[in-house]
Amino acid sequence: MLCCQPFAMQEKVLLILPCYNEEVALPGLLSELSITRFPENYQVDVLVVNDCSKDGTAQVARRFQVTLVDLPMNLGIGGAVQTGIQYAYRNGYHYAIQLDGDGQHPPNQIPVLLAAQKQHKADVVIGSRFVGNGDGFQSSLIRRMGIRYFHWLNRLFTGNRIFDCTSGFRLLNQKAIALAAAYYPDEYPEPESLILFSKAGCTIVEVPVLMRERQGGASSIGKTASVYYSLKVTLSMFFTFIRHSNS
Amino acid sequence: MVRIQILTIVTNILFLAYIARLIVKGKLREEYAIVWIICTLFIMVFSFWRKGLDVMAHLLGVYEAPNLVFTGAIFAILIYLLHLSIVASKLQNNIKQLSQEIALMKIQLENKKVK
Repeated sequence: MLCCQPFAMQEKVLLILPCYNEEVALPGLLSELSITRFPENYQVDVLVVNDCSKDGTAQVARRFQVTLVDLPMNLGIGGAVQTGIQYAYRNGYHYAIQLDGDGQHPPNQIPVLLAAQKQHKADVVIGSRFVGNGDGFQSSLIRRMGIRYFHWLNRLFTGNRIFDCTSGFRLLNQKAIALAAAYYPDEYPEPESLILFSKAGCTIVEVPVLMRERQGGASSIGKTASVYYSLKVTLSMFFTFIRHSNS
Repeated sequence: MVRIQILTIVTNILFLAYIARLIVKGKLREEYAIVWIICTLFIMVFSFWRKGLDVMAHLLGVYEAPNLVFTGAIFAILIYLLHLSIVASKLQNNIKQLSQEIALMKIQLENKKVK
């Protein structure tokens, strides 16, 4: 529809790349982004959020045509993503897309999220490893079990059937941006924020995307931390559910 | 007056003086000092009124007076620790908001310099 009008208004999209010690994977991702062709009716900007990395993440980012947010202290993934969302909120972006700095989420899948948003009029679009035919990188057995568990928890609390609750590859529209700019969990935010969005009346859509293995750096969740991770996320999902059920 | 009474009273006065000094120097906020001052007052009352502990224990149906002291003290400490956790959570939240604000302002500054 928009293509018929020569001066159709472009919608502003912000790609948020939260980075902690990603100097290995970041150059590849950023150069890949710089040659990615996005649909013409979107104006895409890239925002690198450096979560106080101890390596040269900031210097790497400065070599590219991107905006860099340099956090003065380490806030964790949730705090970093929220900073990006706040930037999107204050600068009037129509959409914010979170993309992990380790290169797991290929830039050529971004149009998939944008198209799904348009098609379903969704407030939140999740790029998922598990919906569809399951090509691409799938992650380990324990991880998959954890993800199943969160799928079940999420269904219990919200009734939504989301298979990849832990996916950090997601698109937010202005409604979701405003919500997340005001409140977003600090640690392991993905499953919890879905409850938050759902309780605020956002429609959430999941689309299959191809993911890759991380291109460098280490996972934020080690083996010993995974027990703590599940406990913490269970608690925070439960309390987010309670908090927003009353209002 | 018995020796232990004099000892507790003197310690108490010194403790109160120390808290007062901390407040005066601005190293302790008044709201956190309240708990400590109430505690000292409690101990002060019972160091003058030695029978008081037995009377209270009898009133509450505790057989051994010292058990009442331990129960009460541990309960007070737990509550205060919870209070400190709340304070820490609030501080963490404030610090997070501050650093986000600083980071976003740095971009604005850089943009101004470029123009």
